Amino acid sequence: MRLLANLQQRLFRWRSDGTAPLRLGQRRIFILPTRAGLLFGVTLAVMLIGAINYNLALGHALVFLLAGLGLVGMIHTFRNLFGLHITPARCAPVFAGETALFPLLLANDRPTARLALELAAQPELPVAAALAPLSSATVAVPLRTTTRGWLELPRVRLSSRYPLGLFVAWSYLQPAMRCLVYPQPIASPLPAPGAESSGGQYSGDGGQEDFAGFRLRLPADSPRHVAWKASARDGGQRPLQVKQFAGGAELELQLDWALTDPGLASESRLSQLAGWVLAAEAAGHCYGLRLPGHEILPASGSRQQQLCLEALALFPA
Amino acid sequence: MSTPASEALDRSVVPWLFATALASTAPHGLHQPTWLSALTGLVLLLAGGLWWRNAKPPRRWQLVLLVVGACAGIFVEYRTLFGRDAGVGMLLIFMALKLLELKGKRDAIVVVTLGYFLLLTHYFYSQSIPTGLWLLAAVIVVTATLIRLHGGPASTPPATLRYAAVLTVQALPFMVVLYLLFPRINGPLWGLPQDAHAGQSGLSEQMAPGDIANLVLNSDIAFRVRFDGPLPDRQKLYWRGPVMEAFDGTTWRPLTGKRAAERIELLSPPLSYETTLEANQQRWLLALDAPAPLPAEFALNGTLTASARQPVTQRQRFRLSGSPDYRFNVDEEPQILQRNLELPPDLNPRSRRLAADWRNAPPKQIVQQALDLFASREFAYTLQPPLLGVNGIDDFLFLTRRGFCEHYAAAFVVLMRAAGVPARVVGGYQGGEPNPVDSYLVVRQSDAHAWAEVWLKDEGWVRVDPTFVVAPARLETGIAGALPAGEALPGLVQVRAEWLRGLRYRWEALNNAWNQQVLGYNPQRQRELLSRLGLPDTDWRSLVTLLGTACFALLLVVAALTLYRRQAGDPAKHLWQHTLRRLARRKVNCPPWETPLALVKRLKTERPELAGPLTMVAEAYLAARYGRHPESLKKLRAAIARLP
Repeated sequence: MRLLANLQQRLFRWRSDGTAPLRLGQRRIFILPTRAGLLFGVTLAVMLIGAINYNLALGHALVFLLAGLGLVGMIHTFRNLFGLHITPARCAPVFAGETALFPLLLANDRPTARLALELAAQPELPVAAALAPLSSATVAVPLRTTTRGWLELPRVRLSSRYPLGLFVAWSYLQPAMRCLVYPQPIASPLPAPGAESSGGQYSGDGGQEDFAGFRLRLPADSPRHVAWKASARDGGQRPLQVKQFAGGAELELQLDWALTDPGLASESRLSQLAGWVLAAEAAGHCYGLRLPGHEILPASGSRQQQLCLEALALFPA
Repeated sequence: MSTPASEALDRSVVPWLFATALASTAPHGLHQPTWLSALTGLVLLLAGGLWWRNAKPPRRWQLVLLVVGACAGIFVEYRTLFGRDAGVGMLLIFMALKLLELKGKRDAIVVVTLGYFLLLTHYFYSQSIPTGLWLLAAVIVVTATLIRLHGGPASTPPATLRYAAVLTVQALPFMVVLYLLFPRINGPLWGLPQDAHAGQSGLSEQMAPGDIANLVLNSDIAFRVRFDGPLPDRQKLYWRGPVMEAFDGTTWRPLTGKRAAERIELLSPPLSYETTLEANQQRWLLALDAPAPLPAEFALNGTLTASARQPVTQRQRFRLSGSPDYRFNVDEEPQILQRNLELPPDLNPRSRRLAADWRNAPPKQIVQQALDLFASREFAYTLQPPLLGVNGIDDFLFLTRRGFCEHYAAAFVVLMRAAGVPARVVGGYQGGEPNPVDSYLVVRQSDAHAWAEVWLKDEGWVRVDPTFVVAPARLETGIAGALPAGEALPGLVQVRAEWLRGLRYRWEALNNAWNQQVLGYNPQRQRELLSRLGLPDTDWRSLVTLLGTACFALLLVVAALTLYRRQAGDPAKHLWQHTLRRLARRKVNCPPWETPLALVKRLKTERPELAGPLTMVAEAYLAARYGRHPESLKKLRAAIARLP
């Protein structure tokens, strides 16, 4: 058994390639005839019989030329993969149910093009790529996601039938790449203010609705809030002022595990929380997240959304 | 850059598929019936129109209807669906129809495979050098289609064609090795269809007035001969075909029935030669008269005509020998002699009356009298004789007096028979044209000839050629010299311009070399080649081993050349690296990241004796690599040469 595992590992590289760039050498490229190649072979056999039967000297020559073409085509199909440099890149998180994209940087350091490269992590989701001479391109290998958490990139099959399609050369890549999958968000109304014990919602300053006066502009203030008219009136002599608003809709939400329906499965509760995080961020609220054993203080912005979604994705089941 | 892969057919591949279809079918237009070519062309046009308008392909039942209709047409034309021509016709139709239903990549692969297959069928009709070259180009086009099909739009037409040409060129060594070493089997493996060798003309088994004159208009080559010794006298070059003894008033035919073997007495040493016979569908070898001694695999048929066991259905090479001077059947059987005196009873009364007057003279004198008749009267040698009536010989001898060799031979034999001398007509070829380029003697259809044989006591059958009396030039210089000026002859025969003639000799010598060396490569040639390579008595097993080894070695070479080709870099950089290697041999540490100037600076303290010359080299290198002066490379080489 151990021997077999060893052999499989040697043959198919069922072992992570790590994060380093890799170069395809002859030991990791496999090649076999395709169905079209078999058809071609059978055709050649029939043609050879015809040439022998009718004693066609040039018929022999044609069959032999085509046989040579097949062999040369095999070498060129192999060459299409041989020496290709592959560097794993970072992949962006996705929500469960979406397709994760694992970007790989393919680099061609040969003065000939490499066309019709096909990469597939799942056989039903192939992606094609073509590399011009001495160029590189990023190819995103798609992978369907179902559950939240870290999604490791499985073995990627890089294959090519170019140029003649009579042979298929392939190689298995296993770069150490993983993609964070957030829980699939469920759209549901945000928890009502006051529904939570610690007073999940209160009004505060920093809203955007009622004008409350001016203050000095800080670098973090949006240019939209600068009092340009006031600034223009005094000819730009004084530092910029920003308008201050009060009593707006800026709510501080505490999105709490306890607020979700306890009757639901824990995955659904996480999905509901994810939906809330998205809704709160979209509404411009200030929100925090409280999970059993983990708390994120209220804030807003994409960084906060990312933190919350990461926490949800990695929440121990 | 990355798009989802799919099995659907890219629309822009379709023009390539049309190119494949045209390259593989178009030359068949030369020998397929017009309606079939027209139908194929129409279907291709229709398919092209559908593609242009991006229209839907026709329905299945419409296609089935088309297939059935085309098959019916082929059946009506050829009375079969499986012969050579019918099969080719079917393939043409299928190819055209396949272009009407292109949906996926799979259909395109079928088109390409069919294209490759159709290329083979062209060789049924011609294996000449132009056909070979055309088909090589066609292979490149079909291969380019395959490349474009798999490479997608990123492979542009010029790049695709270039790549296909590169692949084809790399495949050529495999072709040569396989052609030479693949165990050859002499076909056919099974019975060929009846039309397998249709469409080749040559001397026929019977002779009527006008037959040979028609044949003479054909400048095709009948056979080529290479004598081991010097070329014999042209007048002695009689290539013997069928002997015709039965006469019905217009047509001469051979007698059937078994005969005793010939009794031949050779009067001159036999000349041995090699003849390469073009396919003529007949069994006779057209050997030099008299074909003796004859190799065991051939037979004489009782009338001194050498024959092969099988009709010559393709170009074949034989080794034969012949003795121009001989005595043949001095003791001929009486019933044969009797048959050679028979004439149709009611025809040609004037000729018979004329000959009856000669009856009492000795046979030799009778022969001479007839020849004198042809010589004295106003007889003319022409390819366009007037038409003759029922009493053809009478009309010819006494009215028209214009005829070709078959007229003279026939009239002569009739006169002899009427005068009581056994005589018969012999068909064959006379003369031939030596090609100075490869010293082969080329005998064309236009050298077809008919002469007479008379049986004389104590001498046996003696050749008499009445044409010689009428047109001596026919035997001395060939047909072009013998005919009156202005008579139409095939272009090649009457070429008189010296340079054009030289060109023709060269072209024919090239064709002959092609026929002999390339097309004529057969199991026997293969054995000869192997024994020349030091491998006599090779059986097919060791041949396969040899072939496998050779192909594997070739594969390695091609793989090494394509996979590990060193990139041609900057010559200055090469020279600098060479310098670094030289320094390394002198125990100088040259890390690859060090710039030339830094290296020089370091060496000034470490190895002052090297620093001076190396400074020169480094400066020349930098000038050559980054400057634009054309002389800088030379300076760099000079500086390297001064390194200690």
